Amino acid sequence: MSESLELITTSSDEGTLPLPEPLCREIYDKMLTIRRFEEAVLDIYTQGLMRGLAHLYIGQEASAVGICSALNDDDYLTSTHRGHGHLIAKGGKVDRMMAEMMGKVDGYNRGKGGTMHIADMSLGILGANGIVGGGMGMATGAALSGRMRGSGQVAVCFFGDGAINQGAFLESANLASIWSLPVLFVCENNHYGEYTAASDVTAVREHVAERAAGFNMPALVVDGNDAVAVHQTAVEMVKRARTGEGPCLIENKTYRYRGHHVGDGDPEKTYRTQKETDTWLAKDPIPRFARRMLKAGMVDEAELDSIDAVITKRVEDAVTFANESPYPAADEVTDHVYA
Amino acid sequence: MSTPERVITYGEAVREAIAEEMRRDETVFFMGEDVAAAGGVFKVTVGLLDEFGEDRVRDTPISEAGIMGAGVGAALTGMRPIVEIMFGDFITIAMDQIVNQAAKMCYMTGGQAKVPLTIRTTIGAGRSSAAQHSQSLQAWLSHIPGVKVAIPSTPADLKGLLKTSIRDDNPTVIYEDKMMYALKGPVPDDDDYTIPFGVADIKREGSDVTLVATSSMVHTALKAADMLDKEGIGAEVVDPRTLSPLDMDTIIRSVEKTSRAVVVDEAYQSYGVTGELASRIADEAFDYLDAPVKRVGAMDVPVPFSPGLEPETIPDEAKLVRTVQSLFHDVPV
Ligand SMILES: Cc1ncc(C[n+]2csc(CCOP(=O)(O)OP(=O)(O)O)c2C)c(N)n1
Ligand SMILES: [Mg+2]
Repeated sequence: MSESLELITTSSDEGTLPLPEPLCREIYDKMLTIRRFEEAVLDIYTQGLMRGLAHLYIGQEASAVGICSALNDDDYLTSTHRGHGHLIAKGGKVDRMMAEMMGKVDGYNRGKGGTMHIADMSLGILGANGIVGGGMGMATGAALSGRMRGSGQVAVCFFGDGAINQGAFLESANLASIWSLPVLFVCENNHYGEYTAASDVTAVREHVAERAAGFNMPALVVDGNDAVAVHQTAVEMVKRARTGEGPCLIENKTYRYRGHHVGDGDPEKTYRTQKETDTWLAKDPIPRFARRMLKAGMVDEAELDSIDAVITKRVEDAVTFANESPYPAADEVTDHVYA
Repeated sequence: MSTPERVITYGEAVREAIAEEMRRDETVFFMGEDVAAAGGVFKVTVGLLDEFGEDRVRDTPISEAGIMGAGVGAALTGMRPIVEIMFGDFITIAMDQIVNQAAKMCYMTGGQAKVPLTIRTTIGAGRSSAAQHSQSLQAWLSHIPGVKVAIPSTPADLKGLLKTSIRDDNPTVIYEDKMMYALKGPVPDDDDYTIPFGVADIKREGSDVTLVATSSMVHTALKAADMLDKEGIGAEVVDPRTLSPLDMDTIIRSVEKTSRAVVVDEAYQSYGVTGELASRIADEAFDYLDAPVKRVGAMDVPVPFSPGLEPETIPDEAKLVRTVQSLFHDVPV
């Protein structure tokens, strides 16, 4: 087997925190912001302040933040139906996101997109997506464009374990590989599609990342709840992509602590077991990272509390902002059909 | 002699139709994303796995093109697959298999091959699902010779048409409005109850205007008809039930009686079902018409998420009433 066909399995030593302190603070801040934001989404959804389908990212925070903390501001990202975490990790503003959740005019998309379609072109966020696998071609094309313009930009394509079975993956991965495009295909393997276990519908020996072999690109299997391991993997793969060495497939093993979307029942009563969920809860990426910061002496408990208080307030303010924002005027409905 | 009836929901009609046909014919099987163990995202296929087992009720990967292709292949070779595409919007991914493969096999092979494939999918806006989960794309497959298309508006129609389509030797598509799964209605209590394709149903009689309505718009039209009644305008509501084949005779006979027609369908108005129906009425019922044929469809914009915008785009009874009034007086629509 050539080197590129090997599976590289990554996790980091829990006893250490080999990243600079400002970066650690940023990673922690972003992960906790995602958690608090999603809890607020759950709350407003339950109160009936938000419609549509809310797919929460709770539990997967280390994946988005670990990857995006290795990117430049002008790098590109395509996201999924479970996209809130990706957007926050890339720098999305929680107030404008929250307004979009409620379909308000101050939302990122002026209320036209909602939870599954938030985009911020100024941050390289080419959009969350309602179509499973819908971002794969786009990420490949954004990488192609960066290459053709000589900009040095890379593109990250986030998708789930379910999306790897879309034909679009084969076509995009092949294109990216033959043209050595700077794309990081990041499969967030949370082990389930909607209500079906990935292992029941995915023909691999053990890891989704094995599929990379068919495209002659590196395959990295990462502890997706370990922000350090995800970040370090991303740094290496981004460097490789920027220097023209081509795409890779990163599989972040993780878990969503909630159901597929808010209001679809209790997963532990149907398609998964409490035991399995408990195992993953013990690997919660946020307390895990906090413990490492504490151990490294970067923070103490009191400071962790005050960080949480600041973030919680920021998210509360976002909800207030969204509540106070009006719906778009009815005549906006025909705006933006064409550029 | 009248058949006894039971009241069931539109969703239960789906389940009963599939179960009855699977009991009747062991070549019938059902597959789709999350349809088996979870019973589908709209919970309409709960219980089928328990009764028929994993071989005949299959959870698939998220691979619309692949499962549609597998459906076509199985249908070509002796089985009668039912393939569910969770949201009608996702059928775009499976389009080649339906449009270029299934629809043309019989014809291209000079009648050697048949594709007894049933496709079930959804249409309809109204739940803030935004632009990729709310479309009504029924015109797309109605455009394709070789595919039959049903668009039922009631539990009874759904059950009868779905059973017919499973027994049909051609690719058929059933468009189910996702907002109607809880809608209740009487259904004949008979395992052999079917409804032939190409037979429209008059859902309400009236003598002054014909409202040709599809799917959920049948209910919108019935509400509009009640409102119009108060103004002394008797509206007849005709539900074509299948778009391909299309029962023009019933529509023409109605227009002959009423002299006016409005067509309503929830899809984008341009280049769609309303355009086809209106042009055929204008052509085939020209001598009976006292006014131009009017159309009411969704606005030609992607369906917006915001609860402040979405309702603007979907046809409702008020819009329909105004359109009908414009045929009688000079009322701005
Ligand atoms: C093309 C397409 N098919 C089906 C769906 C319905 N759907 C939405 S999310 C989902 C499961 C996706 O699973 P995965 O890719 O693992 O992402 P996760 O939800 O686990 O984050 C499905 C089947 C869709 N949105 N698009
Ligand atoms: Mg998943």
